[in-house]
Amino acid sequence: MESTARAFKDNVSHALADPNLQDSLGKLKVGFSERRRQAAERLPEFEALRDRARDIKNHTLAHLDFYLEEFERKVLALGGHVHWAPTAEDARRIIGELCQSMGARTVAKSKSMVAEEIALNEHLEALGIAPIETDLGEYIIQLRNEPPSHIIAPAVHLTKDQVADTFLEHHAKLGFTKRLTERNDLVAEARYVLRQKFLDADVGVTGANFLVAETGSSMLVTNEGNADLSNTLPRMHIVLASIEKVIPTLEDAAVLLRVLARSATGQESSAYTTLNTGPKRAGDLDGPEHYHVVLLDNGRSAVLGTEMREILRCIRCGACMNHCPVYGAVGGHAYGWVYPGPMGAVLTPQLIGVEEASDLPNASTFCGRCESVCPVRIPLPKLMRHWREREFERHLTPKGVRQGLALWSFVARRPRLYRRLTGLANRVLSLFGRADGRYSTLPLAGGWTRFRDFPAPQPGGTFHAQWKARRS
Amino acid sequence: MSGVNTEARAQILSGIRRSLRRGEVSGESRAAVDGRLAAPPRGPTVARAQLAQPEKVALFCQWAEANNATVARVAAAEVPAEVVSYLARSNLPAQAAIAPSPQLAGYDWASQKMLSLRKGRGEASDQVAITGAFAAIAETGTLVMASGPDHPVTLNLLPDTHVVVLREADVVGGYEDVWALLRARYGKDRMPRTVNTLTGPSRTGDIEQTIELGAHGPRRMHIVVVHE
Repeated sequence: MESTARAFKDNVSHALADPNLQDSLGKLKVGFSERRRQAAERLPEFEALRDRARDIKNHTLAHLDFYLEEFERKVLALGGHVHWAPTAEDARRIIGELCQSMGARTVAKSKSMVAEEIALNEHLEALGIAPIETDLGEYIIQLRNEPPSHIIAPAVHLTKDQVADTFLEHHAKLGFTKRLTERNDLVAEARYVLRQKFLDADVGVTGANFLVAETGSSMLVTNEGNADLSNTLPRMHIVLASIEKVIPTLEDAAVLLRVLARSATGQESSAYTTLNTGPKRAGDLDGPEHYHVVLLDNGRSAVLGTEMREILRCIRCGACMNHCPVYGAVGGHAYGWVYPGPMGAVLTPQLIGVEEASDLPNASTFCGRCESVCPVRIPLPKLMRHWREREFERHLTPKGVRQGLALWSFVARRPRLYRRLTGLANRVLSLFGRADGRYSTLPLAGGWTRFRDFPAPQPGGTFHAQWKARRS
Repeated sequence: MSGVNTEARAQILSGIRRSLRRGEVSGESRAAVDGRLAAPPRGPTVARAQLAQPEKVALFCQWAEANNATVARVAAAEVPAEVVSYLARSNLPAQAAIAPSPQLAGYDWASQKMLSLRKGRGEASDQVAITGAFAAIAETGTLVMASGPDHPVTLNLLPDTHVVVLREADVVGGYEDVWALLRARYGKDRMPRTVNTLTGPSRTGDIEQTIELGAHGPRRMHIVVVHE
């Protein structure tokens, strides 16, 4: 998909002024994050499982080539096929050719962030093949021609009324001419419309939460059952997965599944967890005749050699964005590309270039909530700070900020000067505004005070002065 | 494998090795990863499912109900009558697609004169499916279905109502116990084409994060737990 990450600040202004979006984001704060907390509390072993999940992913990444080859060997042994795609373009071409080999007219798609990353739908449409998104949230945004705003809840930015309007607009031609007001009616209508599409589809394309090297299986976790229909009914099943999705064994999957659902939605278990291994077997009454796995690199093997490698542990649960005050204020679209929130702020510059996405790692207060809930303990604030350092080194940071930082570092390295200047600033600031405890305007700090107040110094002098007084 | 694919494969694998600053995994570390695959280490034990068999079954039932399934506990001879009674209670026709499995064939369906059964895969027109289960997980109230000629996957997915006949003896503690059973039945490296694990009926939270049942898979799941 086309990135608008460069326009992050404009995107944010629009998001903050969108009442429907703000309404939807308000529900996020009490929804996912509260349910995650309860689920974690119900399982005394949760923290130990997070440690193990981190270790499993680290072990796998350190032997990534080995486990990918092992996975491939097992898939081939059971009559499946494995395709290696160094770039997004390679993956699009491979999937397009596979669909054409089946004479496909429609493709049933189960929600896949990697498919968004490679802009698969646009490619299939250009080939005259209709991709049908079957996850309810993904289907809604496909009708609205919007990108997903969350990695596990793509339509989380929309209200029920917006969904009702969208369905009325697009389903009227199918005979559904009544505007629905109840959620269960909306779900039932989508189920009815999509059921026929499943039965007509020639190819099913799904992502994968994990690829199990031990057995050559792709593993999918969903709640709706759409992925299972996508990999059961059409004659060909194509799995699109990035290379870091591979894990060694089923035992490792058991650990990761226990932290995934709880971190994502606060469920003990998602409704459907499915392992697919090769095509339909002799004697089977259903299942696809052809099974293909497309392994996408798209820059990940290079990330493995950098200080950003820890982001490759990510299992795409969405907890970091559910708990992020920035995501909670602006939503997912503001981030401008496929992956929003803290994990997106780290991954997006890697995948589309730091020049394009330089604002994203700066869209953080470093409050640390993302790291504190990450099931595989990715130090997201640290990785965002790495990006800020790289931006500074590569002169991508705005001139005013660079000059300010240079001035600050000059002063901060001279303790006596620092104490005198901060003491002076403290006294000057105290002359006006201390009564309120804050300033709504300050000279040279308009960029700050335009959107928020600046706190006034409290009585007792600077931190250094108070520290000295307390020690003596 | 086409030439393009061979080249792409080499490109990705050598890129990984370059980043990891080493060649192919070999020597001692190769022996270590081979050993890890041959004897997979288990993660931290989840205490709540470490129970005697009767308590495991009870825990399974508790979690299945928490996940919006309904549960009935009966003796083997009562299975067909319970299924017919459930369909009647739910205002559903006494008509179902049933998995062609030896386990299900062992129940006296003929005793229920009103019940009409069709053996085979699930079809879009089916309202009710009846299947067995390969195993069930007490820790989360999850059913485990292994695909094969005796258990078509479509039966788990297409009908509105899924009736599952589960033997108490097939309830285990956690996922790890299921993997052990699968390996014992199918061989270490040979999984069935599809293993579906089902935790309650289909659901979605995609509209305003509010759970609605029956997004694409069954709207209702009834589990008949059989003591033999």
